[in-house]
Amino acid sequence: MLEKYGVKVLGTPVRGIQLTEDRDLFKKTMIGCDVPVPRSFAAYSFDEAKEATDELGFPVIIRVAYTLGGKGGGVARNLQELSQIVERGLNSSLAHQVLVEEYLGGWKQIEYEIMRDRDDNSVIICNMENMLGMRVHTGDNIVVAPSQTLTNAEYHLLRTASLRAARTCGIVGECNIQFALHPGSERYAAIEINARLSRSSALASKATGYPLAYVAAKLALGYHLTELKNRVSGITTALFEPSLDYLVVKMPRWDTVKFDGASRIIGTSMKSIGEVMAVGRGFEEAIQKAARMANPQHDGVVRRGSPHDLSTALGRLERPSDTIAFDLAEALRAGAREEEVAEKSEVDPWFVSKYKNVVDFHAFLESLPPGAPPNREVLARAKKLGFSDRQIGDLLGIGEDRVREARVRLGVTPVTKVIDTLAAEWPSRTNYLYQTFDAAVDEAPPTSARKVIVLGAGPYRIGSSVEFDWGTMNMAWALKGLGYEVIVVNCNPETVSTDFDMSDRLYFEELTVERLLAIYDKEKPEGMVLCVGGQTPNDLAESLEKRGVTILGTSSQSIETAEDRSKFSALLDRLGIPQPTWGSFRSPAEAAKFCSRVGYPVIVRPSHVLSGSAMRVIWDSSELETYITKAAMVNPEYPVVVSEFIEGAREVEVDAVSDGKSTVIGAIMEHVQDAGIHSGDAIMSIPTVTVSKAAKEKIRVYTRSIARELKARGPLNIQFLVRGASVYVIECNLRASRSLPYVCKATGVNLIDVVAPAVEGGSLRRTADVEEPKRFAVKAPMFSFLQMDGADPKLGVEMRSTGEVACFGDTFAEALSQAFLATGHRIPAKGDVGILLLEPWQDASGVKPLLSRFRGAGIEVLELDERALDERMAEVMGLISGGKVSFVLSFNANTNVDSEAFHKVRRKAVDLQVQVLSTKEEAEALLLCVGK
Amino acid sequence: MLAAKRDALLLLEDGSTFFGQGFGAEADSVGEVVFNTGMVGYLESMTDPSYAGQILTFTYPLIGNYGVPPYSARDKFDLPRFFESDSIKVRGIVVQEACDSPSHWASERPLWKWMESEGIPGIQGVDTRALVSKLREAGVMMGIIACGHDAKDRGKLAELLAKASSYSSQNLVKGVSVPGPVVHGGEGPKIVVLDCGTKLGIVRNLLRRGFQVVRLPYDSSYSAVMQHDPAGVVVCNGPGDPQLLADTAKCVGSLIDGEVPVLGICLGEQLVGMSQGAETFKLKYGHRGQNKPCVDLATGRGYVTSQNHGYAISETTLKGTDLRQWFANADDNTIEGVLHASRPCMAVQFHPEATPGPYDTLFVFDRFIEMTRKARPLRGEEIRSVKA
Repeated sequence: MLEKYGVKVLGTPVRGIQLTEDRDLFKKTMIGCDVPVPRSFAAYSFDEAKEATDELGFPVIIRVAYTLGGKGGGVARNLQELSQIVERGLNSSLAHQVLVEEYLGGWKQIEYEIMRDRDDNSVIICNMENMLGMRVHTGDNIVVAPSQTLTNAEYHLLRTASLRAARTCGIVGECNIQFALHPGSERYAAIEINARLSRSSALASKATGYPLAYVAAKLALGYHLTELKNRVSGITTALFEPSLDYLVVKMPRWDTVKFDGASRIIGTSMKSIGEVMAVGRGFEEAIQKAARMANPQHDGVVRRGSPHDLSTALGRLERPSDTIAFDLAEALRAGAREEEVAEKSEVDPWFVSKYKNVVDFHAFLESLPPGAPPNREVLARAKKLGFSDRQIGDLLGIGEDRVREARVRLGVTPVTKVIDTLAAEWPSRTNYLYQTFDAAVDEAPPTSARKVIVLGAGPYRIGSSVEFDWGTMNMAWALKGLGYEVIVVNCNPETVSTDFDMSDRLYFEELTVERLLAIYDKEKPEGMVLCVGGQTPNDLAESLEKRGVTILGTSSQSIETAEDRSKFSALLDRLGIPQPTWGSFRSPAEAAKFCSRVGYPVIVRPSHVLSGSAMRVIWDSSELETYITKAAMVNPEYPVVVSEFIEGAREVEVDAVSDGKSTVIGAIMEHVQDAGIHSGDAIMSIPTVTVSKAAKEKIRVYTRSIARELKARGPLNIQFLVRGASVYVIECNLRASRSLPYVCKATGVNLIDVVAPAVEGGSLRRTADVEEPKRFAVKAPMFSFLQMDGADPKLGVEMRSTGEVACFGDTFAEALSQAFLATGHRIPAKGDVGILLLEPWQDASGVKPLLSRFRGAGIEVLELDERALDERMAEVMGLISGGKVSFVLSFNANTNVDSEAFHKVRRKAVDLQVQVLSTKEEAEALLLCVGK
Repeated sequence: MLAAKRDALLLLEDGSTFFGQGFGAEADSVGEVVFNTGMVGYLESMTDPSYAGQILTFTYPLIGNYGVPPYSARDKFDLPRFFESDSIKVRGIVVQEACDSPSHWASERPLWKWMESEGIPGIQGVDTRALVSKLREAGVMMGIIACGHDAKDRGKLAELLAKASSYSSQNLVKGVSVPGPVVHGGEGPKIVVLDCGTKLGIVRNLLRRGFQVVRLPYDSSYSAVMQHDPAGVVVCNGPGDPQLLADTAKCVGSLIDGEVPVLGICLGEQLVGMSQGAETFKLKYGHRGQNKPCVDLATGRGYVTSQNHGYAISETTLKGTDLRQWFANADDNTIEGVLHASRPCMAVQFHPEATPGPYDTLFVFDRFIEMTRKARPLRGEEIRSVKA
């Protein structure tokens, strides 16, 4: 296509992409340049895959050609798994090709990042070792840079092979190559090359400080490595290989628990959604930091409480799940020998011995007399091994604060070190920093400038993604513009906010009270900005303020008022703003009484759980009983919160900014789905489509009065229910919302810029609300159900999407069509076939008009209730497998009863990338797009 | 849990002190304190004879991860497979953390045991980055690792340090050269290695290409070299100030005059320079690492090289000699290689044999073979060019 339109490709030529992406060509190319590869066969059908497996013997690994993140691949240990994975793989491959390969599970997985210019000047920017070896996809692996267990001979054997491979494939710019290295010899095999900047490249860039993308772009334009400067030192050249005098640990962030039915086992297909990177001078320090960064509820790699029994703990190592980083420590705690752990987990004994150091010291801390902080020597050792104050405080029963006081008094404080690409060999001008307890000299004394600290959002996860990075960076830039030195703290290597040259100072660090106080005490800024990094920094507001940190923007009391259901509800009552009826109950009987008064359905959630997690829509009293009693959700300590569910209401949101006096409304957004779908999963439109002028006016008035009452100084988001002219407030967040970048991009007004002066105590940069745009901007969610084995693709009050798009159009339907297409949906056309799964409680007559509209457009919809499906299961599965079905309608959003047969159909559809729509409104929206 | 670790300290000439814990031999050791930025290769570096007289600081914080294999593991040339000589040559090492529980199939013991058995002390728990920054700003200097019983007596240590002779004044080559001829390999044309403390990597690369290698003492005379009728002479790496090796330089000069193909490596390059009238100078903190960019001035092509040197040929004194600059260091523009204008003579400041480091400049050995072929038609023998 590029050729047809005369488009010139810069950087690696198309041929290079073919050589590296086409599995068969890749193999031939590697053998041609004397780089060994695993034995493998390309297959275009199940029969071919079967033949290959007969040759190789089980287990085999199925890799999918032309795909991302190992999408659809997997390890097959028997014929059934083989057939399942091959079918899925062939369907997700753009070239309808899979590779059946010998399984090198126990080998080390080593990666190299290569930079090469058009005249063959080549360097390795970084190598990385995957702690979980070849068993686990690098995206789901715990990755350490540089490699820890390779000798000079092995390191350079693979380095030389990397360069040979890159040369043969004609790489210009950057590429990543993965090797399997035998743990008992120098045998190795090249697994794959990514002839582009990959997730690993981003990590390598952050791990070393070498700006890979920048240099790769220059090389694509024809520059030579010899001509480019190292931007970190400013004097040395880009033609060099970074030398690290620290190590980094990347740990993935999974959210598999958020998916009903999803398997938590990790393997060759990537399931993680985000990642963190921890920097340290020792492995123990780095991995413990990483464990906290990825999972703020954990204190380190040792879990709280007593360990499982030995056989359970060891069993967990054989089939690693998303808790493997903790399971390794647990097995050692349960008494497993190091060799056993290494053998079962296939993790190199070197890593296991480091885990052992942590576990042993944890036991030592447990054995100390409780009630008093330990002495200096013990504290220093604990901190070197990466234990947090909170963990030490818990183990000694004295709490985090007393540990910190003792530590500071005894002079056990972290020092700041610089990441400079060259191990201090040359002076550097960078302000790319981390903190460690494993060093003596602080290299980055604070400046005397007026400064602020802006907190980033931590790892990408469900509900917190790049939108908060946008917020962090825009706030950083705006405050820089106001004359501040801006210090950013974040730990997510995938973000712009962790680019070392974006802020005045970057601390690649934990977003914990302990670390933030250390940075705050050292830098002595005018304050900290917490309102742009999403829920993670927001949650820290109270703890930080209590310990003397000046919070810039909305006060922590106001945040607390907005987040505490009772306080916020009282505030709404005071302002005369309607809200759905709700109550908090300590016994199932009380809850049931309330429900029969307001009428079902209701929304139920445990009060101690924040946000949408564990929330449910409950449709009748028996469900209520099951949910509350069986899930043991209600007890005197944690009451359960039940709110009225206003059926058929539209959900509408506002993003606004305020300085406490005046408030500027950025946009009013309308959700396509009825209320009950998490706002992160809803399709939404700016401007609104059905909301009346009167309702919108109410929304504006309510927004202003809430912002004034809460003395908001910063961005805020309010969610409303609208039914006719009635407007109810359901929630208010006093921070930048997930939708803020969408609002700013839809309207062309950067609200962060508008509000920045207010955050530091001044007034908004404008006073008028942003005008409603004439064209439509539709935001739609992107889901990753395919990667989550077994997960049910349904929507509800808990968020499940992992990404989003926004598309523009002159009409709502046009913008909507674009958004559907951009998220991988297909707009059905005449002659297509869909399936409707009719739930037993669903009134068949209710969907009649919808179906007749589909039929009117020439689209046949197969209507199946549970019984009909049972009879025709084989036929239906065949239709889906045969690619005959273009969509499945299964309006099960927020339902708790489930038919296994329906689940099977939905899952099949997901595996074969057939869209599944779980609300009627989405189906109607899709219809709007038909024929456009 | 908090096992008693031996207190140790590193005292520098300028009085600065770094505290840590001792490992390896319980001894004191004086040497020039230098640093290497390689992230792998401690076995190769510690046995590299060019480090004689020096205390080596590793900038990578975790050292010893893959343990120490036995000397008895040999390669196909019957040389110790994992080392650059047959013993530890550094006077001591400074690290952030020395690994006690290494993991590698070839390893037989941890770092500390190896060092203990060879009487070499180490100090760990040092903020090596702070030490490196100091050496970068102030230049390399003498220091003492006190790992023995007197680790607390700073006065005595300072005295010991003051009494020790400076690095530049010691003839360290003498201690690492061979006492008499040592022959490696059987058939094949002969290459004489004028042994100033050769790394076995150089010998291996010559053997791989089908030569027989004869190592001769560094102070061998021209006629002693010529007795072996060499197809070429490699003037190899070694420790210390080249100025102390005027006689060796003279011998090299005669070889060049006699049109014997000469390859100089590292110290050998400096000796080639001196033999032609160029001068050498001491770098502030040397080049020691595996990531050093060198550019071939004729082609503009850049290479990543392995380096370990504290001295270099001064650029201004190269003018007026018959040597032409071949390679330049892309970071600081120092001379990294020279070619003779009319004689078969080439020399590089970096280490084409690598070990430790990248193999990107192995072609230097191939060019040298070509040079020997052109200089003298080989008597029927075929030089096998073997890929490394």
